Amino acid sequence: MRVVIAEDSVLLQAGLTKLLGDGGFEVVAAVGDAESLLRAVAEHRPDVAVVDVRMPPTHTDEGIRAALVIAGQHPEVAVLVLSQYVEERYATDLLSERTSAVGYLLKDRVAHVADFLDALRRVADGGTALDPEVVAQLLVRRRADPLDRLTPRELQVLQLMAEGRSNNGITEALRVSPSAVEKYVSNIFAKLDLAPTDIDHRRVLAVLKFLGA
Amino acid sequence: MAPGLGGVYREAMSWMEKVRDWRPTVHALAGLAAGALTAAVLGGLVLGWLAAILSLIDGPTGGWELAWFYVAVVLAGPVLALWAIHGLGALQRMRFRAVLGVEIAAPPRAVGSSLLQRPVRAWRAPATWRQLGYHLLAMISGTAGGLLVAACWTAPVLTYLVVRQGEGAGAAAGLVRAVLLAAIVAAAMLLVAPWMARSVAAADEAGGRALLGPSRSEELALRVETLARSRAEVVAATDAERRRIERDLHDGAQRRLVALAMQLGMARASLGDDVPEPLRQVIEQAHDEATEALAELRQLVRGLHPAVLDDRGLDAALSGIAANAPVPVRLRVDAGARCAPAIEAVAYFVVSEALTNVAKHADDGRGGATLDSVGGAGAAANGGGTGLRGLAQRAAAVDGTLTVDSPPGGPTRITVELPCGS
Repeated sequence: MRVVIAEDSVLLQAGLTKLLGDGGFEVVAAVGDAESLLRAVAEHRPDVAVVDVRMPPTHTDEGIRAALVIAGQHPEVAVLVLSQYVEERYATDLLSERTSAVGYLLKDRVAHVADFLDALRRVADGGTALDPEVVAQLLVRRRADPLDRLTPRELQVLQLMAEGRSNNGITEALRVSPSAVEKYVSNIFAKLDLAPTDIDHRRVLAVLKFLGA
Repeated sequence: MAPGLGGVYREAMSWMEKVRDWRPTVHALAGLAAGALTAAVLGGLVLGWLAAILSLIDGPTGGWELAWFYVAVVLAGPVLALWAIHGLGALQRMRFRAVLGVEIAAPPRAVGSSLLQRPVRAWRAPATWRQLGYHLLAMISGTAGGLLVAACWTAPVLTYLVVRQGEGAGAAAGLVRAVLLAAIVAAAMLLVAPWMARSVAAADEAGGRALLGPSRSEELALRVETLARSRAEVVAATDAERRRIERDLHDGAQRRLVALAMQLGMARASLGDDVPEPLRQVIEQAHDEATEALAELRQLVRGLHPAVLDDRGLDAALSGIAANAPVPVRLRVDAGARCAPAIEAVAYFVVSEALTNVAKHADDGRGGATLDSVGGAGAAANGGGTGLRGLAQRAAAVDGTLTVDSPPGGPTRITVELPCGS
């Protein structure tokens, strides 16, 4: 898979390039600011762009804005946003633009190489990867809603779904049987009044409800 | 500034020292000159203005240009008078400072946005009328005082001149007595001259302090203004410092730690089965330590001044600390417009600290934070808490208040009200 990296720290840019190269990705461009990122994406049409949030010139939310532009202009390019802090406000901005092929993770997560590469592949394949920290922040902002009907365990499962995990991933994370996870998931769908149509679509809807979108 | 620091005539001195101290005398003589100047300027202005009014009432004798000129003089008169009053006031304060070393602060200037507003406000300001009062005083008693001091010092010369003129009238016995009397009076005047100069200067200083400077309330208002400005500067400087530290850590230590953790992660991932167990353990431990250090540093920096606070405001920034609080937190934010950065920083800090307190002291470990659009931030916490002094100080630094309501059995409610500012 072909990747474009946008990261203004030379140290981290080199580290990410090596990590992704070793992980089987082809880094076609590594740039240091949002403008170069947009040019590189338009030129190379990568499968996924890995984008830092704080970049020159203002060092605030350049990466988020660039990711929104990419999501709008290049629907075929997946975007994984990395940052030293995650903010639910940026996450909702991202998710309002697209709910698939998008990810938002703490930079810390690159230290867990296998998990990070999994998340990147998931995003590149059209899935989502939200940092647990963001999910926790969104949970704090939750208003009184159908989510109150969920048991703590079901909420936990929904949280993991929001992070972008598959049923297998949830099984591993919670150390329960696959059938138990399936039961939780169908309970969640029922409690959130989601009709049994397309399975994947219901997943997205459940997550969107969870995120308060 | 404080009375008594400047007045040289208050120091106890011997007569000879008083004679050698030329300052009160120079002050009185300069006052004479200033009084004359005041009379010339203000008198000229008043006469010119009245003449222009009278000419308009009588009907201008020249062409229409002359009528316009009179109207211009009548309109400009009050403004010119203001300039004269303030200019002469500055001159008199300069005289006090230069000669006596008495510092009299300038009264506050009238502020106004328009050209019309400023003179109107200035004429309504008590400071203008007080200065005008001093100028009238300077014309009359200032001139009189100056003349008196000059007369005392020159009494022997004057007496000599008068006697010389009288010599032609013939030497009579009465004249000798008159000359003797005049000599005694002259000697007495010379003797009291230093004292006279000092008294005139003291009286002038009293008048100057009362009329030329700001009144007590104006002085206090000025002081409050200065204090408020310097305090705001301190608060802003603290803020800027926190921002700088956050940025430095973000661009420095945090990046290096991420790179380190990433490299250790890669090393850990690439460990084969043939790696000796001790080496594997060291690498795994190093990797765990690095990721933990990264998380700790992130928490610490997040509490300083998150970039999102500047970028998206208080509402957005609170999510991070609420989610990271060690107790479950419900956050309800009803924020209207953005507040001044310093206010947002204080509100953020207060909620952050209050949540830390909840975690430390809560019995049942539930916390909540609400934020109202009027700019008040409230944090309700269950359980008692210390460390509230620091919060109260932070709030007070921006004219806010902090109240704690802690009934027995709880819940404790901390309410912080901050002016939104602009």
